[in-house]
Amino acid sequence: MHAIAHLATLTPLAVAAALQAEPATAEAASGVLGQQIVTGLSNGMIIALIAIGYTMVYGIIELINFAHGDLCTLGAFFALMLVGALGMEAWSGVAGMAGVVLLLAGAAAFCALFNWSIDRVVYRPLRSAPKLTLLVSAIGCSFVLVNLALFWGGLPMEVFGGGVAAAAPKDFPAMVPDSSLLPDAWDSWVSAEAFLRSSPSWNDPSVWWLTWAPRVALAVLVKSRELNFTTSDLLVWCVTLPLMVALTGLVRCTRLGKAMRAVAQNPTAASLMGIDVDRVIGAAFLIGGALGGFASVIYALYNNTISFQMGYRTGMDAFTAAVLGGIGSMPGAVVGGLLIGVARAISDGYIEARWTNSVVFAILIATLVFRPSGLLGAKLRDKV
Amino acid sequence: MIRGRSLSPSWILLGGAVLLGLLDRPLGLGLVDPMRGVLVFALLGLGLNVVTGFTGLLHLGMAAFMAIGAYAFAIGTCDIYPFQLGFWPAMVLTVVVGAVAGFLLGAPTLGLRGDYLAIVTLGFGEIVQDVMKNMDAITKGTQGINPLPPPVLPGVGELGSEEGPWYWLFLGLLVLAVMACRNLERSRTGRAWLAVREDELAASCMGIAPIPAKMYAFATGAALAAMAGGLWASLYASTGEPGNYDFQVSILALCIVIVGGMGSIDGVLVGSLAMIGVANIALPKLAAWLQARGVVDPSNVLGSPNNWKYLVFGVVLMVMMRVRPEGLLPARLGRVGGGR
Repeated sequence: MHAIAHLATLTPLAVAAALQAEPATAEAASGVLGQQIVTGLSNGMIIALIAIGYTMVYGIIELINFAHGDLCTLGAFFALMLVGALGMEAWSGVAGMAGVVLLLAGAAAFCALFNWSIDRVVYRPLRSAPKLTLLVSAIGCSFVLVNLALFWGGLPMEVFGGGVAAAAPKDFPAMVPDSSLLPDAWDSWVSAEAFLRSSPSWNDPSVWWLTWAPRVALAVLVKSRELNFTTSDLLVWCVTLPLMVALTGLVRCTRLGKAMRAVAQNPTAASLMGIDVDRVIGAAFLIGGALGGFASVIYALYNNTISFQMGYRTGMDAFTAAVLGGIGSMPGAVVGGLLIGVARAISDGYIEARWTNSVVFAILIATLVFRPSGLLGAKLRDKV
Repeated sequence: MIRGRSLSPSWILLGGAVLLGLLDRPLGLGLVDPMRGVLVFALLGLGLNVVTGFTGLLHLGMAAFMAIGAYAFAIGTCDIYPFQLGFWPAMVLTVVVGAVAGFLLGAPTLGLRGDYLAIVTLGFGEIVQDVMKNMDAITKGTQGINPLPPPVLPGVGELGSEEGPWYWLFLGLLVLAVMACRNLERSRTGRAWLAVREDELAASCMGIAPIPAKMYAFATGAALAAMAGGLWASLYASTGEPGNYDFQVSILALCIVIVGGMGSIDGVLVGSLAMIGVANIALPKLAAWLQARGVVDPSNVLGSPNNWKYLVFGVVLMVMMRVRPEGLLPARLGRVGGGR
């Protein structure tokens, strides 16, 4: 019933009717939509970070690295163990912030090394094998990681519930407060509006070119009053955006980035030019793993619960994002991640949460069938 | 047809299964009960073998067709629906529904490259599971459809709690499926499958239309998987919850085919015996043995064999890919239709 009611508010007619009859309803509805977009974007940022790991590896060795999502699970478990070992739940203020930085660094280092070792041990001996052989061993590797996470969750440690129910989801302490950042800001906007209204040019139509920009800004701000933008949202944005910028810089401007692009284009030619292909592939796994580690900590801090199976779900979202954006393309992975995050949030709100996974898979299948190169990807061709 | 109808490993294994059925009760082995699972999964493996083994298409959503089969069978037989068919008509319906579902999935997707196709099948598997879970008006959601009436066989009567008749029924159907697969492999369609697997471009140059050949393979594999699902539901008198047909089951089927040897019917039988035998017979027995001696503590996460399944599957896949990607009993190229 809920879904139908929501859908009804989406139709223009109903929106118009609601605007006339009861302005508050329409505003609330748009506030809900705006909120869903904010939540969706935050989740999408996390998905995008993981998607970059998929897309980097695919771009270079054409492997769908099935184990990547489960690597992130392990990263989250590692972070939770750090929290427990250092007693971080009690840290607050500056110490809490330092703790978050420590968790990010620790999980990133852990995942980077782990991912690199997986490549070294599992994938590297199969470099010349058929692609499906590699894919099957990636699936096998994913299963092993899931099982490791299950065992890890069963450790007799306080943070894991004392080893009682290994498979149960674990609570991740809310080290970043979930407090909204907007109300304070809202007060200053109100005074800004009063200031503007008091100026003589505000009501003078002849100087519209001076006032339209503040008017639009104010209108947006009025809408955004409904939004709940919390500290953990801010954390997500503050971690992911600089990482993406740094990664772009690395790929565009460094020797390693150049080598990566060369290997992606043609491994044989790259090795003939003196590039150590295995080293470059290892670096891709290292970087992808580190990003996955960052993502796992942010995921845990944002959602406050982790389970040994979460990697499958997030991994599929991220992979869908990578495919949607055009697999092999890093900006594509980011765009795809944001789109998938928003699509999930909107599906949660307007369809039904229990169908959301199906919606994501439907997007994945539709993309692969109708536009296999994705939104930003280059035209794919089979290398014969 | 070098080996012709001589004693191939398939017939040795199936003969062994017959012997087991005869000797189980006199010797008190108690193996017939878990062996029924092996037989059902051998059927599922045969289905996947047609798709992945013969035709070379990696399929990661076989459990979905098993689910479709189980639900088709349940809706056909259960007395809360208007159809209330007998066992055999319902089984025919199940196989037909499975084949149609295979066609429907295959039609839009079979032009995709290998790894993309694999992902589409995976997504299909997840969507089917969600549909079964969420369309509770028809599928009864997480309760599953139950109770299903027991099959009635001519001359035997109603199959009840006794294990023997079930075993013979499943074994008989498996033998039929093995024979069907062997003949299919040698048929025109089967040879087209192998040709497409070996080199799609070359096959199409020789006048084989790859997409229809792949579509047949999808439909055949789906039909066999649906049959396995129908039998599974019939055995437990319930479809069980949709979560029973998850990605893990699809991977189990893949393990069966890969361990046995892709494209080898003998391999599927060996693989299902190895994988399901280990998962359903050896691990529980080992755990019971260890617990009886107090070696492991059942409350410990490491103590329950169920917790080791993912690890075992994963390691098996990785090790096989590294050491023996062709499987334990590899298919022999050139056995079919001369060549080489």
